[in-house]
Amino acid sequence: MNDESGAAAIPADPTGRTAVPADPMAGAAASAEAAGPTEAVRLSDPVPAEVMREERAVKGEPLLSVKGLEKHFPITKGLLRRQVGAVRAVDGVTFDVYKGETLGLVGESGCGKTTTGRLLTRLVEPTGGSIEFDGRDIAHLRQGKLRPMRRDMQMIFQDPFSSLNPRHTVGTIVGAPFRIQGVKTEHGVKRAVQDLLKLVGLNPEHYNRYPHEFSGGQRQRIGIARTLALRPKLIIADEPVSALDVSIQAQVVNLLDDLQNEFDLTYVFIAHDLSVVRHISDRVAVMYLGKIVEIAEREKLYTSPRHPYTVALMSAVPVPDPARRDRAQRERVLLTGDVPSPINPPSGCRFRTRCWKAQDICAKEEPPLIPRLGDAASHQTACHFPIVEGETVEGRRPVSAPTP
Amino acid sequence: MAAEPFLEVKDLKISFPTDDGLVKSVDGLSFRLERGKTLGIVGESGSGKSVTSLGILGLHNKRNAQVSGQIWLDGEELVSAAPETVRALRGAKMAMIFQDPLSSMHPFYSIGHQIIEAYRVHHRVSKQVARKHAIDMLGRVGIPQPARRVDDYPHQFSGGMRQRAMIAMALVNDPQLLIADEPTTALDVTVQAQILDLMHNLQEEFNSALIVITHDLGVVAELADEVLVMYGGRCIEYGTARTIFEEPEHPYTWGLLGSMPRIDRPNLDRLVPIPGLPPSLINLPSGCAFHPRCAYEPRTGGLGTTLTPELTVAGRPGHLVRCHLPTAERQRIWREEVKPKLEAQ
Repeated sequence: MNDESGAAAIPADPTGRTAVPADPMAGAAASAEAAGPTEAVRLSDPVPAEVMREERAVKGEPLLSVKGLEKHFPITKGLLRRQVGAVRAVDGVTFDVYKGETLGLVGESGCGKTTTGRLLTRLVEPTGGSIEFDGRDIAHLRQGKLRPMRRDMQMIFQDPFSSLNPRHTVGTIVGAPFRIQGVKTEHGVKRAVQDLLKLVGLNPEHYNRYPHEFSGGQRQRIGIARTLALRPKLIIADEPVSALDVSIQAQVVNLLDDLQNEFDLTYVFIAHDLSVVRHISDRVAVMYLGKIVEIAEREKLYTSPRHPYTVALMSAVPVPDPARRDRAQRERVLLTGDVPSPINPPSGCRFRTRCWKAQDICAKEEPPLIPRLGDAASHQTACHFPIVEGETVEGRRPVSAPTP
Repeated sequence: MAAEPFLEVKDLKISFPTDDGLVKSVDGLSFRLERGKTLGIVGESGSGKSVTSLGILGLHNKRNAQVSGQIWLDGEELVSAAPETVRALRGAKMAMIFQDPLSSMHPFYSIGHQIIEAYRVHHRVSKQVARKHAIDMLGRVGIPQPARRVDDYPHQFSGGMRQRAMIAMALVNDPQLLIADEPTTALDVTVQAQILDLMHNLQEEFNSALIVITHDLGVVAELADEVLVMYGGRCIEYGTARTIFEEPEHPYTWGLLGSMPRIDRPNLDRLVPIPGLPPSLINLPSGCAFHPRCAYEPRTGGLGTTLTPELTVAGRPGHLVRCHLPTAERQRIWREEVKPKLEAQ
């Protein structure tokens, strides 16, 4: 634990960040968010982040290895709470996360991405499968044994309003990990917390303030400071920027990027925003109804998606380019209907009920997640009829003709 | 353009007195909108975009909001009109699609009941006739088996379905002005695509004027013909969608474009965010409201901190910008400094 050196090694002078900007309006709260000067410095950062990222992506040992992970939430009925069914939120998910990389996890609401994140940190007890973290299976460790592991594995939550205790000061919130884990800090907890605040671009003098005195972006920074307190190896970020305004979102994304380079962090980045996920991830896994349907290196996934669902998902992203509006709308794959219920998922391939390529085999046989059409081993798709490059996907359907 | 525009907002000001001071949510906003056209209003939270839309519909409580200026809707002035007049227009001539269909629908009443109610407020018809109309409307917005689903309650609908029902409710009286406040923010991308497509088609069918309020530039680019960018309660840039996205002239618009990773372009190394925070509406920065966050403020020679810039015609006719930098200089900065950064790599 050496916060001093950590803070000093950040490309821009952290103290520069905390200078009170010349804006009289927003009062004290604004002074902390003054990420301004640093951003200007970072733009001219001599080492492009892309290069660092490629260096990082050299595959070593997986830090986290998940096999057949399952979470079925029971549905009970009656006085005796007899189990009558289960919500199969996560239903057999297998993937590895390598040291220093960012794995993006995308999917629509209800696909199980958040549950997966919570399973990885054991905030939710898995009903099946294994989670191997740093060479040790933590899927069924007892709380007492789990606690030391928590130092290495932390989580950033989506909502910066509900994830910070409103009755605790920033100092208490960010210092909590030290107290809980009984970690001794060289110059005391207060100093360590102030260094952390500096690190994430907040004013260390705001140590005694309460969360309500900060804006959404600043609160998210407080959450990030708390996450970093024990210098974890792995950070699970569950929609860390989706509650923030666009301009603030970019500040936080850049902060996460810098921290990763600085501390050699590994991220699992859970989000529904495909553009943000592409920006930050090295590899991306697409989830649908509790399963991974496609996983690949970022560029591969975005340039030659194989699974029809991935194609539909990507074509649905609105393109901020009015000149291409007509083309984008014409080429858009409009999925009909809604995601089926995870209580009673479709047989075989789960996407078949909304897929335009589905045939008889899709209902009978579940497609395994393997490389298709001569893809590299890292690009795996769970589909019987993967999309070939240049294939014309059956595009739009009239809106007024929904699924029966 | 000689004809009266369908909707014209002139110098609209909406402020709320609070214990801490006067919150000037909208401060002198003017725009016009023709029928069959879509205006996108973009801005961050607290920029005054939702307050504007509520103001047009006359939904502000006169006791705690001060509204001034003029809103002309099809030849009628709304700000000074009697509440009954506005009420007769609201729902009939102008309607709104809210962001969160779960909280803006009543959970105790069936979807059908709520649509029928909206219809019968403005039409003297029997319940049976109104019900037929509601079923027809649900079918048109793409709800399967509308005759059966009309009796369902909001919680029995999925998010996308609820938003469709919301649109059906807004359209049931055939309004000529439709205001959609963050219509797809709560939805997943695939559902968002369906809803955007639906709104696009319905607008063509009804030839209504549409105002889309959103923070998502992607949504604006999909729907809008013209775009109004708001900052601190004021319009800071106005132009056609193509100009705003291809040749934006205000540094804030550049910031918005740079903050957003784009799926249709090669990946950027780093995003180019806007530093700092949106301003407090009680105490806007002196001079240009954006100057504390503006990287080009030093080039205005001190004007930025002292004088509020006027909304003036920029590079091309009809394109308005509120900025002290000379037009030629702005265009040069965009071309040579900002644009390459957004498109590089």
